[in-house]
Amino acid sequence: MRIGDAKQSYEADEAIWTSQTQKLWLGFFLLILTVFPFAVDSYLLYLGCLVGIAVISTTGLNILTGFTGLISLGQAGFMGVGAYTVAWLSINTGLPFPVTLVLAGLMAAAVGILVGLPSLRVKGLYLAIATLAASVFLHFIFAEWESVTGGMGGLSLEPAHLFGLTFQSDFMMYFIIVPLAVLMVLAARNVFRTRIGRAFIAIRDRDISAEILGINLLRYKLMSFALSSFYAGVAGGLFAYFYRVVTPESFPLSMSIFYLAAVIVGGMGNLLGGILGAAFMTLVPEALKLLTAALTPFYPSAPVFMSPMLEIIFGALIVGFLIFEPHGLAEIWHRIRRFFRLWPFRN
Amino acid sequence: MDWVFFGEISLAGLAMGGLYALIALGFVIIYKATRVINFAIGEIMMFAAYLFLAFAGGMELSPWIALPLAVIGGSILGGVIEKTMIRPMLGESPISVVMVTIGIGSILVGLVEFIWTADPQLLPSFLPREPVFIGPLYLAPKIAYGFLIGSALLIAYLLYFRFSRGGVALRATASDQAAAYSMGINVRRVFNMAWVFGSLAASLAGVLVAATGGLSPQFGIIGLSVLVVVIVGGLDSILGALVAGVFIGWLETVAGAYLGGEYRMPATFLVLAVILVIRPYGLFGTHEIERV
Repeated sequence: MRIGDAKQSYEADEAIWTSQTQKLWLGFFLLILTVFPFAVDSYLLYLGCLVGIAVISTTGLNILTGFTGLISLGQAGFMGVGAYTVAWLSINTGLPFPVTLVLAGLMAAAVGILVGLPSLRVKGLYLAIATLAASVFLHFIFAEWESVTGGMGGLSLEPAHLFGLTFQSDFMMYFIIVPLAVLMVLAARNVFRTRIGRAFIAIRDRDISAEILGINLLRYKLMSFALSSFYAGVAGGLFAYFYRVVTPESFPLSMSIFYLAAVIVGGMGNLLGGILGAAFMTLVPEALKLLTAALTPFYPSAPVFMSPMLEIIFGALIVGFLIFEPHGLAEIWHRIRRFFRLWPFRN
Repeated sequence: MDWVFFGEISLAGLAMGGLYALIALGFVIIYKATRVINFAIGEIMMFAAYLFLAFAGGMELSPWIALPLAVIGGSILGGVIEKTMIRPMLGESPISVVMVTIGIGSILVGLVEFIWTADPQLLPSFLPREPVFIGPLYLAPKIAYGFLIGSALLIAYLLYFRFSRGGVALRATASDQAAAYSMGINVRRVFNMAWVFGSLAASLAGVLVAATGGLSPQFGIIGLSVLVVVIVGGLDSILGALVAGVFIGWLETVAGAYLGGEYRMPATFLVLAVILVIRPYGLFGTHEIERV
């Protein structure tokens, strides 16, 4: 039984891995992630890829909304920028995927900085609405700039390739998406050990106080926007490679709301929460689909009610978590861990 | 340039803007009293419009009975939402409260699809059908009469908030909750009434807009236009809601007519972006002073 954390140096306090057990469990988890694609059918593999993409994007939004306190309704727009960048590059230049993905991230980051510019003057909900405006413009550009984006028909692209390998199947894509997701979550975890990450958190807690402490608000807010959009851009790029077709309707406003919901349901300002939230919100609709399929023999009208049920459950999850469990799934996770740590001495 | 065409389009736009002003007024009432940005206002409108459809189409009541019933239904919905889902969020961060209203919007869309299916519907027509001419300019009768009904409620609201006891209580709560409470104003009741009145305005506008343009579960998108209106006008300004409502309604219609439907949203959001940069608190909104 572990009773307390007696830390004797700053290094120990900042360390990501605080115990041997933690490393052991993480190793175990990574092992499962590696074995997963060999052990499951194509449907679960497809879900695994979806969750991986959602984790990257949710982590990005978590950096902005959860850690910096800047609410954004533009996440889908940034993902769209990334997706279109990848699609355009792979059609017109044929660069391998690591290059296109990084360029997609950088492109989205550039757009993110542009969108973040008003963030010094407006904040809170006004900022949310500024990002909403940005996503409206982005959608307009995707739909109308036909020479680059292909208009409403969108773009179709070739599978991702590297060193002569083509990543056509979900199985192959899994080995791009999931390692990248792990890498990017780890990177995010590391950011919050540095001055930059700490500055983000200070801005979230009280921006004026942060400024008095010597944090350049504009610079760090823009950095947060850039970093967050970089994640969104990479997620969008993976989305493009995964579906291999990008249209303006691939990135609707409801997608931005989906990622905000994932951050909230998972737990704002908690990277583990972002992962849990992304997985949960991606899997709930799938679970409902399975349930509907199971019910259809008994109630033939079940499929008709699936899409409205999904809307209701989606809304109820957001409202329910905010009212009853504002710290999200991460808090539930901690509660479970606490229970086992103290078991069986507690009762 | 065809001035008659421009005049007719402008007239239709201004009439539409009148309805926007009414919705924006409902939005501003809620914001002033409770500081909640209500992203679900489009969905509340939609719900009331579907209620009207149920009363007038399904139960075959006279539209003039169905209209008040639907509006009352919409306001009760607003009151219930406030009591059950917004009240527990009191004191939470604005981000969380906004997300709750987004969640509510999603629930309402689901409910509507559940009950009335996702297919687009037409409301039974209840407004007079004779074409309306203002000088040489033709105006679609649905829009014209919708505008008249909407303006009537709008004026009633303005008078009510200026002169009645309830209106004073609302304004007192908006300016200082603690002071209002110590003066014997039931602040919690004001919160609730603000949602009821705000939803009432939105519900009436919802039925009127749906009567001109048809109804589907995507109807709530109109909430985005209203959002633009209130941000441009200033979140806590009734005057701003009126001016910006008429202007945005006009701009949207003119942009749609001259540039094409896909330009409607970008045009209004461009105005929004410019306003956010020049006057972040809207044309008539109060500039909040923050103290550490």
